[in-house]
Amino acid sequence: MRAILLALALGLAVGAGQAPAQSGCAPDTICGTIEDFSVKPLPIALPLFVAETPDAEQLAADITAVVTADLLSTGLFREVPRSAHIATRTQFDAPVQFSNWTPINAEALVIGAVSQQGGRVEVKFRLFDTFNGRELGEGQRFGGSAGNWRRFGHKVADQVYARLTGEGGYFDSRIVFVSESGPKNARRKQIAIMDQDGANARNLTQPGTLVLSPRFSPDGNRVIFTTYASGRPQVALLELATGQVSALGVLDGVSFAPRFSPDGRKIVYSQGAGANTDLFELDLNTGQRRQLTQTSAIETAPSYSPDGSQIVFESDRGGSQQLYIMSASGGEARRISFGQGRYGTPVWSPRGDLVAFTKMVGGRFHIGVMKTDGSQERLLTASFLDEGPTWAPNGRVLMFFREPPGASGAPGLYSVDITGRNLRRVPTPAFASDPSWSRLLP
Amino acid sequence: MRKQLLAACAVVLLASACARDDGLGDVPGGPGSALDPAAQGGLSGGQLDPTSTAYFTQVIGDRVFFLVDQSSLTPQAMSTLDQQAQWMLSNPGLPVTIEGHADEQGTREYNIALSARRASAVRNYLVTKGVPDSRLSTVPFGKERPVEVCSEERCWSQNRRAVTVVTGAPGS
Repeated sequence: MRAILLALALGLAVGAGQAPAQSGCAPDTICGTIEDFSVKPLPIALPLFVAETPDAEQLAADITAVVTADLLSTGLFREVPRSAHIATRTQFDAPVQFSNWTPINAEALVIGAVSQQGGRVEVKFRLFDTFNGRELGEGQRFGGSAGNWRRFGHKVADQVYARLTGEGGYFDSRIVFVSESGPKNARRKQIAIMDQDGANARNLTQPGTLVLSPRFSPDGNRVIFTTYASGRPQVALLELATGQVSALGVLDGVSFAPRFSPDGRKIVYSQGAGANTDLFELDLNTGQRRQLTQTSAIETAPSYSPDGSQIVFESDRGGSQQLYIMSASGGEARRISFGQGRYGTPVWSPRGDLVAFTKMVGGRFHIGVMKTDGSQERLLTASFLDEGPTWAPNGRVLMFFREPPGASGAPGLYSVDITGRNLRRVPTPAFASDPSWSRLLP
Repeated sequence: MRKQLLAACAVVLLASACARDDGLGDVPGGPGSALDPAAQGGLSGGQLDPTSTAYFTQVIGDRVFFLVDQSSLTPQAMSTLDQQAQWMLSNPGLPVTIEGHADEQGTREYNIALSARRASAVRNYLVTKGVPDSRLSTVPFGKERPVEVCSEERCWSQNRRAVTVVTGAPGS
């Protein structure tokens, strides 16, 4: 008991929230691989979190719902319904009777508690492996301003996911995207932001100006995107705290497809002059620009490797749109896509091992992944139009947009596991395209 | 007068309507297209001022079309652009913007670059016909501004276009 409290206090002291570095599974536990669970979901019990202050009952239910929705959205877990529970938990600190959970086949058990005082909320949880009769990791608590209550639920879910799969979590994160409205031949587009699960969506730009392809800065405080505010496409930077937008484009030219370097100090983007489009780097501190490609072909849709040393991009220098990798300082590039059809929008995985892309072949669009040497290509989706993958912070899930054909076709966001399983619609208040996933929030 | 209108009609057919297949009836007219009510009025009623933007868009044709994933000019496009260049030379000084567009069969950013190529191909052609380069500018729109919304070749062929927009001329 004393040990648990100490652990809780420590959890609070370290700022509670940073997911642990990928540590793998604790030995001799139910912790298993995503591949295993995606075939056979792990049964998990999530009894209602206990309200520890009189007015916290609704909040406790709401936070339990956030944790549950996060975990079930992965497709890796199967909830043992509360109607089947033998025991009802009324006290967070009461000892867990594993014999109440093994008969209903709840292999994992999450218990939690919520308290609310003034404008402050605290959530704590513990995770148990019921069949091995042991706790997985230590109890932990997250607290802060009541307005962030959903985030505390996401942080609990991230910890549970990490301890059961040995992979980093991805729930306490945000999506910046393009919110769309109006008919297909007169679409209005706005940069918008929301939580990873679609909650707290709000627009960041006004509807009058065409805007495209936003991307988060690595620290999540800024968004870089393409705007037609000047009448032609130009790269612009938006400060999330103030909403202030500053143009970064070149006068008289066009610039688009901006992406941050992993350290947030530079961007790489496409700059067009006449028929030609090349990749350029812009140092955000010095304002210095450097040309990275020198061909008469189209070079666009760049993406840095996680260590910032290389860039994957698309080019039609070989006659059709294909994927290439070059040093982040430019120079020679090697082609990595060799399958049938055209390849675009490459995005380097945060783990460094894979490149996700859009593939166009036979009149269909696919989201796929390949290793960075181009081997082991796997197509994960297929439809009339699937485009623009973005990686979850843990490199295990992709989000992209899908648009059905025809006059009524309008885009929406979807997520899919890199196993190709668990394709899901991500809820958005309006039509949505061009998603970009943040890193885990601090 | 009558002869001129007939000739104008033939040019309109060549410039835009002929590019459509027989789905003509169900394809809604974009602004300035042959199906635009203003254009209909122009054909049946009064005579268009040859220095007007209406004449430029309806009689000469303000747009040229491209093959899938291509930016080279077709013979038909060159014929339209020859007339556009003539018009620009006889109406000097008016600034001209060429908007490049692509159909929906491509990724967003690639299509911006592709439509920049298309607009640039038009600009370069007009310059070879004597239009001062300083009068011309280009804007690539990629697949962001389709005029036809079906997901079939008859619509895509209308969306793979470069549109020449003249500013400062009288309306009609």
